Amino acid sequence: MAERTAGRVRQVGVDLQDTEDNRGLIEAIERDNADATLRRMPGMVKIQTHPQLTVRRSTVEEILGRPWDTNEFQLAIISISGNVAEWDEDEIVIRWEH
Amino acid sequence: MAKASMRERYTELTRGLAWEPTYVSHEQLYPHTRFEGIKIHDWDAWEDPFRLTVDAYAKYQSEKDKRLYAVVDSFAQGQGHLNATDARYFNSLRLFLQGVTPLEYAAHRHFAYLARHLDGPGPRFASLCQSIDELRHNQTETHAISMYNKYYDGLHNPNLMHDRVWYLSVPKSFFDDGISAGPFEFMTAISFSFEYFLTNLLFVPFMSGASFNGDLSTMSFGFSAQSDESRHMTLGLECIKFILEQDEDNVPIMQDWIDKWFWRGYRLLGLVACMQDYFLPKKVMSWKEAFELYLEQQMLEGLFPDLDYYGIRPPRHVEQAIAEKEYVSHQVFWVLYQFSHAASFTTTIPHDEEMDWMARQYPDTFNRYYRPMYLKARAMQQAGKRFFNGGLPMLCQVCQIPMGFTEIGKPALQAQRFSIHQGERYNTCSDGCQWIFEREPEKYRQAWLPVHQIYQGNCGGPTLPEVMEWYGLQPGDSGEYLDSQDAKNWELWHQPEGVS
Repeated sequence: MAERTAGRVRQVGVDLQDTEDNRGLIEAIERDNADATLRRMPGMVKIQTHPQLTVRRSTVEEILGRPWDTNEFQLAIISISGNVAEWDEDEIVIRWEH
Repeated sequence: MAKASMRERYTELTRGLAWEPTYVSHEQLYPHTRFEGIKIHDWDAWEDPFRLTVDAYAKYQSEKDKRLYAVVDSFAQGQGHLNATDARYFNSLRLFLQGVTPLEYAAHRHFAYLARHLDGPGPRFASLCQSIDELRHNQTETHAISMYNKYYDGLHNPNLMHDRVWYLSVPKSFFDDGISAGPFEFMTAISFSFEYFLTNLLFVPFMSGASFNGDLSTMSFGFSAQSDESRHMTLGLECIKFILEQDEDNVPIMQDWIDKWFWRGYRLLGLVACMQDYFLPKKVMSWKEAFELYLEQQMLEGLFPDLDYYGIRPPRHVEQAIAEKEYVSHQVFWVLYQFSHAASFTTTIPHDEEMDWMARQYPDTFNRYYRPMYLKARAMQQAGKRFFNGGLPMLCQVCQIPMGFTEIGKPALQAQRFSIHQGERYNTCSDGCQWIFEREPEKYRQAWLPVHQIYQGNCGGPTLPEVMEWYGLQPGDSGEYLDSQDAKNWELWHQPEGVS
């Protein structure tokens, strides 16, 4: 599935603000996307994986210990690489379409 | 009654609120969406992947603003500006406030126009949200940077400067070019080129750099704005795909626009490249690395294979942009350095440690081409003969940057292209800008080129002090950083403890 371009895996990813609130979210993304790699830069965290990145409400809620609306993801993101394939009340899925 | 799902709510609150016109035709109601040759058969095929509704939009945007203003307020209260690495850093905020913030306002205005004039309710609502976002960015950037205006030069009157000062015609003309095109080309220019490609490089690594240089306020507005941009770029991508899916005849038109706006955006990024490598005293990531990560990896290797499905190939001249990553930031800096006496920022030769960093980041070019020149310029400055270019530079007819670029892969060979149109000669800086000029000579011959305007007597008068006054510049705004009031104040404010 992982399509290779120029010898590299075609990554999808999100850049998130490095804040207290987002630590639980980042942990949830790591748990649900086993191949995810994290790169820490001042003030932010860059998460990349392939072929798709999933943010699952149930995992985020379990880690944060409170209800979490998938719209709250908008408060966390700085940038997205990939296509938003799904964004509903239960999950957000980012992958390339073709 | 069961709670409506996100999908149902989105449908109800966008499409469900639209109506079919009865006493005018669609063409009369939406007169601007046909002349560009783009064919749309089904506007309802466009869907916002965020499924954003007006209540959710207001709720989360107000939460973003609350968080941002809490940071800005406490940063100002705690004299946060004193924690910056060096007063040189604030020059990047000058470029930002003069060059970028007014563009946010222009975007706000033009998305309000799209919110009225696009035929489909889905894209109209998305444009309305984006219009409000852009106004928010203009306001939050102004608020966040205004605290520095009390202490540092060059941050007053950014709107006047944006309209008049020579280097600011680079971003201004970029946006004017987009606004004066039709709505579909504007979407390609702004939602795609500007949002997708440019803001990632401006708002992500640069803002991380702001954090690293102690400027929490700018980092916060940057990331807060970029959280909107990530929605805008998703919508921009959605727009592109929607247009491509609607009719095969749209593909060559879109390809032309992608080619044009890639190069327009890339040339504008020259200023960002310089900010990234030179205006951040403490370095996070070089321009070259940021370009590789966000442009080569995410855009060329990620996005373009997706667009290939529709018959879109990577942008024309992209290989030239890739070759230039090795030296473009240095070429732009050298232009800004030698014309700082007529600008609303100051520059200075980087410290030795910074030059060592540049040599590591740019092993093939820095020590060979730039360090020797900088050492000479520094020696001149120390001898009291700071180098300023006494002439006025020739500007590229398209990107409006002084003609300081070189032949691709040959950093020592000055590049210049020209085209003859109706007996007049027009100069351009590169194959990319020449191609853009020759595609639409009637548009670009009208460019408001600051140097031409000075020579024509439209900028306050024939002498430099008259032009500077017309630009709205004040003493302290310009020149060599080491001689500036900002540098003197910075030293005074950082004297050993116990001294006021």
